[in-house]
Amino acid sequence: MQFYSRRKKLIGNAQTEQLYGHCLQFYGQPPIENISLSEFETFAVDRLKLLKTVENLGVSYVKTSDQYTKKLDAEFSNLNFPYKIEADDRKPQTGPSEYEKRRKDHISHFILRLAYCQTEDLRRWFIQQEIDLFRYRFNDLGSKNIREFLQYNNLHYHTISIDEKRNLMDKLINSSFAVSGSTVDCQDFYKVPFQDALDLVRTRKVYLKGGYVYIPHQDIVTIVLNDFRTRLSKALALTARSLPAVQSDERLQPLLNHLSHAYVGQDYSIQKSIGKISLEQIDPLSAKSYPLCMRQLHRGLRDSHHLRHGGRMQYGLFLKGIGLTLDQALQFWRSEFVKGKVDADKFDKAYAYSIRHMFGKEGKRTDYTPYSCMKVILSNPPSQGDQHGCPFRHSDPELLKQKLQSYKVSPSGISQILELVKGMHYQLACQKYFELMHSIEDSGFSLNHPNQYFMESQKLLGGPGAGVKVEVKREDNPATKPPNPSPHQTPGPGNLPQEVAAEITEDLDSFFQDA
Amino acid sequence: MAAADYHQASLPDLLPLYYRRLFPFSQYHRWLNYGGVTKNYFQNREFSFTLKDDIYVRYQSFSTQNELEKEMQKMNPYKIDIGAVYSHRPNQHNTVKSGSFQALEKELVFDIDMTDYDDVRSCCSGADICPKCWTLMTIAIRILDRALRDDFGFQHCLWVYSGRRGVHCWVCDEAARKLSVAARSAVAEYLSLVKGGEETVRKVVLSDPIHPFVMESLTVVERYFSQYALLGQDILGSKEAVDKVLALLPEDVRKKLLQYFQTEKNPETRWDILKSMAQDKRTTAKKGHYFEMEIMLQYCYPRLDVNVSKGVNHLLKSPFSVHPKTGRISVPIDLRELDCFDPFDVPTISLICEELDQPKTEEEQEDTMENENKKEAGERRKMRDYKRTSLAKYVKLFDQFLEGMAHSRKGELLKNSDLQKDF
Repeated sequence: MQFYSRRKKLIGNAQTEQLYGHCLQFYGQPPIENISLSEFETFAVDRLKLLKTVENLGVSYVKTSDQYTKKLDAEFSNLNFPYKIEADDRKPQTGPSEYEKRRKDHISHFILRLAYCQTEDLRRWFIQQEIDLFRYRFNDLGSKNIREFLQYNNLHYHTISIDEKRNLMDKLINSSFAVSGSTVDCQDFYKVPFQDALDLVRTRKVYLKGGYVYIPHQDIVTIVLNDFRTRLSKALALTARSLPAVQSDERLQPLLNHLSHAYVGQDYSIQKSIGKISLEQIDPLSAKSYPLCMRQLHRGLRDSHHLRHGGRMQYGLFLKGIGLTLDQALQFWRSEFVKGKVDADKFDKAYAYSIRHMFGKEGKRTDYTPYSCMKVILSNPPSQGDQHGCPFRHSDPELLKQKLQSYKVSPSGISQILELVKGMHYQLACQKYFELMHSIEDSGFSLNHPNQYFMESQKLLGGPGAGVKVEVKREDNPATKPPNPSPHQTPGPGNLPQEVAAEITEDLDSFFQDA
Repeated sequence: MAAADYHQASLPDLLPLYYRRLFPFSQYHRWLNYGGVTKNYFQNREFSFTLKDDIYVRYQSFSTQNELEKEMQKMNPYKIDIGAVYSHRPNQHNTVKSGSFQALEKELVFDIDMTDYDDVRSCCSGADICPKCWTLMTIAIRILDRALRDDFGFQHCLWVYSGRRGVHCWVCDEAARKLSVAARSAVAEYLSLVKGGEETVRKVVLSDPIHPFVMESLTVVERYFSQYALLGQDILGSKEAVDKVLALLPEDVRKKLLQYFQTEKNPETRWDILKSMAQDKRTTAKKGHYFEMEIMLQYCYPRLDVNVSKGVNHLLKSPFSVHPKTGRISVPIDLRELDCFDPFDVPTISLICEELDQPKTEEEQEDTMENENKKEAGERRKMRDYKRTSLAKYVKLFDQFLEGMAHSRKGELLKNSDLQKDF
């Protein structure tokens, strides 16, 4: 993006046609017009809200389900982003025009590029959300518009000949839902290196031979997305290099920094309660205030006197989050491990390092933060011998049922939970579990972190962790998190941490408070 | 053989001999240098040594074969791991600005460990293996090697016995070495069929349509299933074992089978009944029922440690490293004779060191005379030394593997230069 000191209006209609010829953009060219600071902020915050919604919905729903689409549709029109191609023809009576929406889409994307190009983590988050967003919009296009979009953006992919198609017929049919005997003939198949369609390879939804995948036209979104990802990733790297110029602008620099902090939400890393929990309290706490995942890990540790790496990370960081000191943590793990096959000497050699590492005392010295629900659900699924993961996501329903029974959850409660699990609402299932364990109707928060579960539980029970409040990094910010009135909905964009709202202008404040 | 029984305590005495006279440095360097095509490929490679008392030294790197040799002979590592090729020399990683020191490339690797099969083998558990359960590794290699070649188009897959309870695969093709983290994890997930931890009973779930890859893998499993699972592991024998299998079936089938099994005791017949019930079910029900295939896969399909394959910077035990617990050398496996591979036949460090002490045969004596006046006598002596031990055939295998890679590199070069001359 370029910033001119002079203001000049250059919104001619011909130019808009040229600039925004299609409702879905590939974001090839940065915007070159001037915009006001307040518009800059509005756009950025709106897109951030949109991306947060994309992230939250992605965890709660299957990305191709109706609910996912419906909720995203709603968010799109709420925030005035362009979402349906027909919108242009209907000539909306009120609200911004299609042109304005497309412009907002364009400019806001580039603003967030600036805010999210700085670190590997930020880039990864931004790319992931933008890709999900793009996928959703692309799937909404319809075949005619897809063709237009491909043409408009000069995207051409290699198709296979009819002979080759006939030869591979059986394999193609058995590789994808989208293909049946009758549709092979009339569908184009694209042959690309497997590296360009990793999502299809990963899920085995495409035929793979000699390093190439054969993608039916219906799945072309995968190749386009891959292209989108590659370009965006390169662009972000380039943006990062030119960032110093932008950061020297004192009007933008604080805003961009706050924007980029907004994505993580509460990370439960800094605790006031450090040292307030004694090791003797852990067993009773695990029954009263642990979410099921941690309860399972704790049980597993006590039973087998060992946890594998994934479990040590997930549980160890949780313990750190509820306030164990490094010394306590070392003592806790050592005392349990030495009851098993590991003697004290081996523990000090093989395990103590990784615990100190967790607390940022070794290696890179990163102060690792406890895993969020999203991380537990999405990354590093448990395999043979592992006990980590999300019990609602990674257990057989039958075993989950038994477990809940053994924890004295009522049969009606169990069936409610299993219903949520079936619908893949794992966090809501966990929240239901919370309500049942604490015998309350409505927990009044929306759950997205195991440590949040613990804190809320302690708050209710008035235990040693009751006074525990996560320290807000900016001391001068008195605001506490407003309770979310509707826990049964997916976490909305309102969950941005308060620190973002603290220093930015007042209108920004209201953006965050309204949810 | 008895004389060559390995004791852990003797390792410190044997290692100097092994690294001085037996370790195949020249092949090793030839491998990791990859024809010198990419500048500093060997120099920027991370090695990591495990020394006595589990002292772990990471980020070692060497500029020449000679330097590697000297260092290994000085340190005598208990175990050697190979890491990634980095943007800078790993031993100088502290001197470059943090963030710019990055892992760029590495072979695509797979690690299969027998402990991951504990819920489906009855013969051993934990780190123990026996010829019975070793079949699992044979199946794993067959399935993965086929998929890596046919599906992914890789040609240079080096399979190595880990020295104790598993196997490793090093895919050395240039395209494989350049794969991103995302691509590695996609490949690993494509190859993973058994999913879920302690909390999952049914670990393989198939749904329509059955992907060609799954069909190909089943073909391999079928070859071993009866002999290995039904007879060897007796998965339909004892009541306990039967219950475990039945837990993977739909309710109605389970009940019917329990009745049949009361009269029918022969495991192979039992399996046939189960199989035919699955086929019946498939013809009548609308949705696919593939439970007999799911059982075969759950009991036999390779279980990958996905995290090892995913990371570019993940370390893996090097070929020709010694396993400190068993003393066995980590040797390449000959796929042409895979079914005869016996992990208990793999030479231990004590055995090959002992073989060195045996008097030379006449032929070798002559050989020595002939070459006496040539230079690089030291180098040659080492060449001859490993040839006198049981290590020889494995080094030869490694040589063939390297030759294959050199051959493709040459082909590639020719093709490129043809293209260039094409004016």
